[in-house]
Amino acid sequence: MAKTSRLCSLLLRLLAAAATLCAAVVMATSHDSTTIFGLTLDAKFQYTPSLEFFVVANAVGCGYTLLVLFVPPTTSLSRLVIVFDVTVAMLLTAATAAAGAMAEVGKKGNSHAGWMPICGQVPSFCDHVMGALICAFVGVIAYFLIVLHTIYTLLSPLFP
Amino acid sequence: MATENGKRAEEESRQSQPKSKLFLSLRLAAVLATATATVVMALNKQSRRIAVAVVGTSPIRQTFTAAFQQSPAFVYFVIANAIASLYNLLVLLLRPFLRAKAHDILVHLLDEVIFALVATGVAAAASMAELGKNGNVHARWNPICDRFEAFCIRGGLALTASFAGALLLLLMNAFSTFTLHKSVLSQD
Repeated sequence: MAKTSRLCSLLLRLLAAAATLCAAVVMATSHDSTTIFGLTLDAKFQYTPSLEFFVVANAVGCGYTLLVLFVPPTTSLSRLVIVFDVTVAMLLTAATAAAGAMAEVGKKGNSHAGWMPICGQVPSFCDHVMGALICAFVGVIAYFLIVLHTIYTLLSPLFP
Repeated sequence: MATENGKRAEEESRQSQPKSKLFLSLRLAAVLATATATVVMALNKQSRRIAVAVVGTSPIRQTFTAAFQQSPAFVYFVIANAIASLYNLLVLLLRPFLRAKAHDILVHLLDEVIFALVATGVAAAASMAELGKNGNVHARWNPICDRFEAFCIRGGLALTASFAGALLLLLMNAFSTFTLHKSVLSQD
């Protein structure tokens, strides 16, 4: 029983590490430019603070997950890991939400503020951002399952 | 055997008395913070008449409105904070009826979910607010805060209140986790 739960936890962490790494890399390599009437419009993730935060948060999440794989269970360090797990899960959730809001504005624009959508001009950038968001969602779900699994294994004496 | 269990339950409930005061105050503060954020953002609207053209000597003025409904991120922010404040109010009102351990675990899990809701709402609204304040030169998006100052200030206040609410919910989650784990360790 303990071996299955350890295996489950390991698999979930590997999935989360892969997903956050994928999200960070795909967002970091998003770059597109187009020329309209002699003006060059280029789109990079560094131009938007929300997308920068997204890349940094996913990189931190990936690094933390890989680091935590080497922590032996049932020590006092593993209790600290539980706290950090929840924190990193929240960090990833917030980063995904912020990048999602920015992506929505980029795709639909905001007619009331006079902001034109940009996805028509830089489709490759928008595709990269969408891919990165999907990977980040998978990472968030994986972290949610990790937190649930931790709560279940630690509080199992309380469940009848 | 029954008296031993009864004595242990009494000890635990006595130990959790100062903690329950802490939870009560944290939850009350979280209700106030998220309710403030909801109300301030929901009433956030500003209209201005700006001259768009001049015909002869008289300018033609048009009314421009900035309201929270115009941005889906702000709508989600209002809804998330409303749900969070109603949930915390409900838990506060039902406190005398929630005494079992299973109720504690359920409230803890729901607390985590509600905290995630508030965190995503504030993250999305903050990214939208940053865009409204600084614009984005590369996408040719102009900032709007120079024209709609009151809208931006009220939005900023709502965001600050929601950040405070999220922090309070995080503290509540942390204390609740420690309390639950400590009670599990003491049972071993």
